Amino acid sequence: MSNLVESLQKEQMRGDLPDFRIGDTVKVHVKIREGDKERVQIFEGVVIRHHKGLMGASFTVRKVSYGVGVERIFPLHSPQMDRIEVLRRGRVRRSRLYYLRQRHGKAARIREKR
Amino acid sequence: MMKAIIGRKLQMTQLFSESGAAVPVTLIEAGPCTVTQVKTVDRDGYAALQIAFGMRKAKHVNRPLKGHMDKAGQGYFQVTSEVRLPENGDGQYELGQQLTVDSFKIGDIVDIRGTSKGKGYAGTIKRWGFGRGPSTHGSKNVREPGTTGNATFPGRVIKGRKMAGQKGNKRVTVMGLKVIDVRPEDNLLVVKGAVPGARNGIIFIRQTNRVR
Repeated sequence: MSNLVESLQKEQMRGDLPDFRIGDTVKVHVKIREGDKERVQIFEGVVIRHHKGLMGASFTVRKVSYGVGVERIFPLHSPQMDRIEVLRRGRVRRSRLYYLRQRHGKAARIREKR
Repeated sequence: MMKAIIGRKLQMTQLFSESGAAVPVTLIEAGPCTVTQVKTVDRDGYAALQIAFGMRKAKHVNRPLKGHMDKAGQGYFQVTSEVRLPENGDGQYELGQQLTVDSFKIGDIVDIRGTSKGKGYAGTIKRWGFGRGPSTHGSKNVREPGTTGNATFPGRVIKGRKMAGQKGNKRVTVMGLKVIDVRPEDNLLVVKGAVPGARNGIIFIRQTNRVR
């Protein structure tokens, strides 16, 4: 029976997303509905968390906007996401980059993976 | 066609709706149910169906129940439930007939009855949401229920006073749940929202009798 539950969830999962990891800088293209018009907004930042799961998987992107830290959690398989662009691969040594919250400016940089 | 069925709660999960919003849903293994008795106005004074769900081995069924279920001839069942029919709607059903989730369709509003998770003997804070007393400054009434009434008049505690006692493990009906998906090939019913009871609990589903 658990297979049935799994297969039901897998139906809605999307396989079109690029492979990105913790520490990568990404551009998330989010579809936004305003009245009956639809446009795409871009949220650019560092992936600081990946929450595993089937349908329930999500990831968190952090950016600093006008000096204020903003974190946004996206359901990984959300149809509201148009696409994800990976701008930069980061080299990090842990899976949850919460330490970035305490840092800003130069200290919050992430080394690029080579 | 009366829409009613017995099922088993599988688990909750979330699915995305067409607008892209994540919807909390409960997955239910619903049916197939067998009609084990047809009650008619002539014989029983009212019209109803007895439907049964969940297989049980013959050795686990006592003789009176065995005799009753043999009439339908579809094996032995764990649970039965009665569904009222309109008085004039007799005759469409017969013994041994199978009822499946087919009768439900996406967008239907259903009521679901089940047995809630038992919480045991619970105090007033957990059971009724009472406030808590101060935990410091020598206070000793941390989780006490407080006063239960007045003084010499009326000299007793009014009936229905909220007190400690058994919480949960009782029949609960959740009304107005929307059917999100129906999969007859898997006997699967997907409804929006939560359903009483633990996983694998038996639940009764019927079309709502509330008109909005």
